[in-house]
Amino acid sequence: MALRLSCKEASRLISEGMDRRLSVPERIRLRLHVGICDACTKFSSQVAFLRRALKAYPGPDESDGR
Amino acid sequence: MPAIATPLELEQHRPYLLRFALLQLRDRSAAEDAVQETLLAAIQGVSQFAGQSSVRTWLIGILKHKIVDSVRKTSREQPVESFEDRGEDLDAFFSEDGHFAEAPQQWASPERSLEQGRFFEALERCLQALPAKTARAFTMRELMGLETEEICKELRISTSNCWVMLYRARVSLRACLEQTWFLAGSARNG
Repeated sequence: MALRLSCKEASRLISEGMDRRLSVPERIRLRLHVGICDACTKFSSQVAFLRRALKAYPGPDESDGR
Repeated sequence: MPAIATPLELEQHRPYLLRFALLQLRDRSAAEDAVQETLLAAIQGVSQFAGQSSVRTWLIGILKHKIVDSVRKTSREQPVESFEDRGEDLDAFFSEDGHFAEAPQQWASPERSLEQGRFFEALERCLQALPAKTARAFTMRELMGLETEEICKELRISTSNCWVMLYRARVSLRACLEQTWFLAGSARNG
């Protein structure tokens, strides 16, 4: 892995960071990339939203009024 | 003193529980079994329900255990697959120099989508479009809240396979929700 990450590598690390603890070098490289990359910033907040959406599944209770 | 739920009241939650179980198990009879066992366990254990959470949250808690039991049973019965998943199909989402083929767009007030039943229907459709094993790994992680190690063990795949699967699921779901929900105008009009 080169010092500078591509979006493909960065998005993979963003995802893996949700499943394991990233190493310090991984975190530094990721932060350097995300800091200047609009696409990966969006990707990061959107996959975090996906996690919240699955936590909220199956969503609002529309079958009863309680 | 909190009111104790009667069997009839518990029964009213069956459709909701079934929807949850189906998303994880993708098999109607396995899902119905898990829900049936959940309701039976709930009726027997109703005195333990402390009333701190809603009945529905309590039932989902029991259902999660029943689903994990069911997944364990089927993964024991399935032959072991030993292919190494490198996630080659993910190349379609990126250009050759590693940029996003289609850059993620701004989503309009995503939190508001969580209040809309139709958003969750769109989410279900996107999940159903994933390969079965990928969807299963993802829902075990995000719906059931299991750790990666446990998912690998249950699905009998390596840890790195598991990470690739979860990555694929997130990349695909993100793109699918963007197209079918956030950019389709559903998020604003729904």
